[in-house]
Amino acid sequence: MTGGLAIQARDLTRRFGGFVAVDRITFDVHEGEVFGFLGANGAGKTTAIRMLTGLLAPSGGEARVVGRDVYKESEVIKRHIGYMSQRFSLYEDLTIAENIQLYGGIYDLTNAQIRERTAGMLARLGLTDAAHEFVRSIPLGWRQKLAFSVALLHQPRIVFLDEPTSGVDPITRRQFWELIYAAAADGTTVFVTTHYMDEAEYCDRVSIMVAGRIGAIGTPAELKQQFGAATIDDVFVTLARPAGGAAAGPGQSR
Amino acid sequence: MTDAVVVNGVVKRFGQTKALDEVSCAVHAGELFGFIGPDGAGKTTLFRILATLLKPDSGSATVLGEDVVRGLWSLRSRIGYMAGRFSLYGDLSVEENLRFFASVFGTTVERERDRIAPIYTQLEPFKDRRAAALSGGMKQKLALCCALVHRPELLLLDEPTTGVDAVSRREFWDLLGDLKRGGLTVLVSTPYMDEANRCDRVALTQHGRLLAVDTPEAIAQSFGRPLLAVHAADRYHALRALRDYGHTHTVYPFGESLHYTDARPEAPPGQIANELGAFLETRGVHAARIDSIPATVEDVFMERMGRPGA
Repeated sequence: MTGGLAIQARDLTRRFGGFVAVDRITFDVHEGEVFGFLGANGAGKTTAIRMLTGLLAPSGGEARVVGRDVYKESEVIKRHIGYMSQRFSLYEDLTIAENIQLYGGIYDLTNAQIRERTAGMLARLGLTDAAHEFVRSIPLGWRQKLAFSVALLHQPRIVFLDEPTSGVDPITRRQFWELIYAAAADGTTVFVTTHYMDEAEYCDRVSIMVAGRIGAIGTPAELKQQFGAATIDDVFVTLARPAGGAAAGPGQSR
Repeated sequence: MTDAVVVNGVVKRFGQTKALDEVSCAVHAGELFGFIGPDGAGKTTLFRILATLLKPDSGSATVLGEDVVRGLWSLRSRIGYMAGRFSLYGDLSVEENLRFFASVFGTTVERERDRIAPIYTQLEPFKDRRAAALSGGMKQKLALCCALVHRPELLLLDEPTTGVDAVSRREFWDLLGDLKRGGLTVLVSTPYMDEANRCDRVALTQHGRLLAVDTPEAIAQSFGRPLLAVHAADRYHALRALRDYGHTHTVYPFGESLHYTDARPEAPPGQIANELGAFLETRGVHAARIDSIPATVEDVFMERMGRPGA
């Protein structure tokens, strides 16, 4: 950890018509940190991530990602970040090797770099013998580990993971978190969303978004202390449903 | 106790894949029963067979006393089925979706209002909103209303909480508890291990097989070896150190701690804890707190599913 800032957001805001999806959020993410970005469905997480990854222009406020301005330098930002989503990550009709080749090409790696990194990645994942299998034929857990490694292929300074462990078995889920720890130990900043509250405990710090705002931010231990709660799950429930407000919420679709 | 569902040696293949591999179990009438397991475990295939939408290759299943193959036409009006990914019409409003599902079963929303009222009152403020524009938690509640609107005797809910936030999940399980107390038999599938504790009984499901069927308490108690929680400041460092320890059976990150089991079946937990603490000191992990703890359903699942890579 170098002590620098991977992400700085200041009053970052996004409106859709009259609806304020992200409402003046201010926070920092440190380099090399595993940062958990939590919130209820419709709280504004996806909109915030799209702004930080240069895919959506903010309506107001400021943000710098890898030191670059999200308004003016979104193309530079995209080259220095990796992204893995739950729904789309790899092309199922391409082989493992072809997927890696494709991503390497998109990020302008040389053929020599791609060959070298492919070999290293497959060896680490134990997939060397499966290099020429179609992605659709390998089990979901392996696919997710592979997708994560591919998102790191161009050695980004930050990797954004959107519900990366959804649906996998409990052992594979933990193996995935070991990959996250290893990436962070190498200095990569990890920005991750999850609905598994035990995974929030694996993060260095977490923030919890509530109706477009950041309702709480800190280490898991700090948040539990602040809310007098035994688990992050309890903190989350306290924040997301203050005193009996059962079903309201903005209702923005995921 | 009568059985609402009996599954007897059911096998279902898709090409080379055995989605269900001789599955047998019984669900009692009035029970809230959970099938817990990851994607690809066979949960959806089993639910489709019970909902009369797929035929088993071999074996048999009865639901509410009727065979799922021979009795499909009478069964369909007696069960409520909520498919994963909520089969709602996105371009119809909340109210239109509900009216549609009611009319398919020859009834009306007005006639069934008392049945759906506890859930529908939460949706009513949004009744004119298109279903596609609802949050995940609201979609889930609408899909549940649509599955209930014809007063089924049994509910089959396939992964109703997947991808839904922790608060909406809690609220949804509260609703299921209410439905069960109203006398309904409810079968639910979920990949979230912590939801096992909301069920009367659960089946741990993996690779088309049931690893265990019992109450969540009995499953947790079946763990069968000492389990230690290791709290260390640098968890990743401690995890890697424990991988190198000569007596490690398993070690996994688990919430705020690491869960450790020892390869020596007879070693008492106190002795293991002392030795572990001393070992960690030699590896630069200082002042780790090590407690003997009861296992959870998730610990049992990991122990039973065997080695990784699945």
